[in-house]
Amino acid sequence: MDKISQFKGLAAPLKISNVDTDQIIPAVFLKRITKTGFEDGLFANWRQNPDFVLNQDRYQGAEILVTGSDFGTGSSREHAVWALKDYGFKAVFSSKFADIFLGNSGKQGLIAGVITDSDTEKIWAHIDDNLGAEIEVDLPSQEIRLGEMVIPFAIDEYTKWRLTEGLDDIGITLQNEAAISAYEAKRESWKPKTLPAKGV
Amino acid sequence: MSNKPLTLAEKLWRDHLVLKGENGAPDLLYIDLHLVHEVTSPQAFDGLRLAGRGIRRKDLTIATEDHNTPTQNIHLPIADPTSRAQVQALRDNTAEYGVRIHSLGDDNQGIVHVVGPQLGLTMPGLTVVCGDSHTSTHGAFGALAMGIGTSEVEHVLATQTLPLQAFKTMAINVEGTLRKGVSAKDIILAVIAKISTGGGQGYVLEYRGSAIRALSMEGRMTICNMSIEAGARAGLVAPDQVTFDYLKGRPHAPAGDDWDQALKDWADLKTDDDAVFDAEVFIDADTLDPFVTWGTNPGQGVSLMDSIPDPESFTDPSQKAAALRALEYMDLKAGTKMKDIAVDTVFLGSCTNARIEDLRAAADILKGQKIASGIRMLVVPGSQLVRIQAEQEGLDQVFKDFGADWRFAGCSMCLGMNPDQLAPGERAASTSNRNFEGRQGKGARTHLVSPMVAAATAIRGTLSAPADLEI
Repeated sequence: MDKISQFKGLAAPLKISNVDTDQIIPAVFLKRITKTGFEDGLFANWRQNPDFVLNQDRYQGAEILVTGSDFGTGSSREHAVWALKDYGFKAVFSSKFADIFLGNSGKQGLIAGVITDSDTEKIWAHIDDNLGAEIEVDLPSQEIRLGEMVIPFAIDEYTKWRLTEGLDDIGITLQNEAAISAYEAKRESWKPKTLPAKGV
Repeated sequence: MSNKPLTLAEKLWRDHLVLKGENGAPDLLYIDLHLVHEVTSPQAFDGLRLAGRGIRRKDLTIATEDHNTPTQNIHLPIADPTSRAQVQALRDNTAEYGVRIHSLGDDNQGIVHVVGPQLGLTMPGLTVVCGDSHTSTHGAFGALAMGIGTSEVEHVLATQTLPLQAFKTMAINVEGTLRKGVSAKDIILAVIAKISTGGGQGYVLEYRGSAIRALSMEGRMTICNMSIEAGARAGLVAPDQVTFDYLKGRPHAPAGDDWDQALKDWADLKTDDDAVFDAEVFIDADTLDPFVTWGTNPGQGVSLMDSIPDPESFTDPSQKAAALRALEYMDLKAGTKMKDIAVDTVFLGSCTNARIEDLRAAADILKGQKIASGIRMLVVPGSQLVRIQAEQEGLDQVFKDFGADWRFAGCSMCLGMNPDQLAPGERAASTSNRNFEGRQGKGARTHLVSPMVAAATAIRGTLSAPADLEI
């Protein structure tokens, strides 16, 4: 995964609460065999409405999603995070995320930052009033900067460390390569190997 | 190393510890054997490709095709395009990364949890994982075997390790002697009915006691297979002479000096006498009846001699609500005798009950009999090798003479991912592991049973015990 520190980007307001993962990506998109290319599934049902926020010209190319509370509830599908990332989002902010969605985001390198309800309203108002305004996300200092405002966001320390270091779970494990190799060196010789194949 | 007495599960954990997690971080465990199938692996391979990573130990990895594969006309291309694409993706991925695969039509193809043991790859003292919840099957050998998700499949492919949080231990003590017509399947259905589908959550179960010792490896696999239906992380049986006899001479079993060394190491693979389990459960094998399910989760089971319980009799409100919902879906009424329930289909198959011993037990009962009118029976061996062995023993002829369909190996009717499905409203006696709503097809109704009960039911047309045939 790429290391994340600060970035500026266009923000889109999703003024809806209780967005479950079935809305983020409907089940019909889960039959695929790739981990990429889920952008067309993102909010697929809602995007059939031409007025939906992501269909509006002013939010094309948005990289930051600012949503109502209780985002990512319901089914555990990792595809919800894949779809947000594939569409181009790097960060989602809400006053409350479902646990599993939060865990999946951390695994896949999507910032899921928790802000207060009143700060959510402030950001929405700023976006509404400033066409094309970019906002800045600063992960190390856990701040969102827009205009004169500086808004703090919460993210757990372990996830923040992994994201700023650009480490996924596999990346972290691979830091322990020496320990894995040491274990392998003393692995018992009677233990099975699938190759070369026997009995075929 | 401390001399604290340990359970078998704790010894297996200790023996695979690469790194102890600090400050609440998970432990890192080494994985000895990684089994792969077509459904949960494509995104894992894609993840490797995107990150530019390889497979750390392709010599500890093996793949087969089972969930999507048809069980007849297997020489033809798979008709369903989604299934065909998923199987083709596995073939392409294994070819690209050099992973051994046993494809449809290959003698070693079959359900992943049947293939591993028959090749002698599953053995005591290992950690075994697969992107499939029924990986618990392999615990029957005294291996720590767990089902994992797609991200974890990728993790194991890349690192041959998994970060895992510690577990609790539960002893399932089964003492006594099973009566004629009662089998391993009945033990595990009784266990799940007793501790419920969430009773094993966070635990590794160790099955112990004289009734477990008396079981064959096939029976032990049936029991460990359904540990997940009690919500458990894994299920285990300590290895003994039965285990060693099953393994010896199999293609990948240790040979020569390695065999002798393995036997020495395996001798320690048992729970120490004074080790303490976090929880204990007791089941009396002497009085156990054949067990069957009446509802829509594997914990909703009773003795075949009983009637459907009254939901009003459940004190727990959520259990009561679940029972009411289940009876509506199953189109059954409280108080109905289980033996009065008529079925449309009998399915003998799945990773729970499609090994040679399961087929023999059913064939023994079906020999010289005719299928009840209006009933269809599918017999689906767990692997191609089981099919070949059954044909050498003439079992296929017994099934065909009886009026059953003799099929090629695969997951088949256990889950609605391939052409073998029940029609809406259809009712089955099934030797599989899940009776969830829609599991065997949209609107399908499932009663979980043992192979012997499946056979007796196919003869009589209603849920039946083998003993009912002698009356």
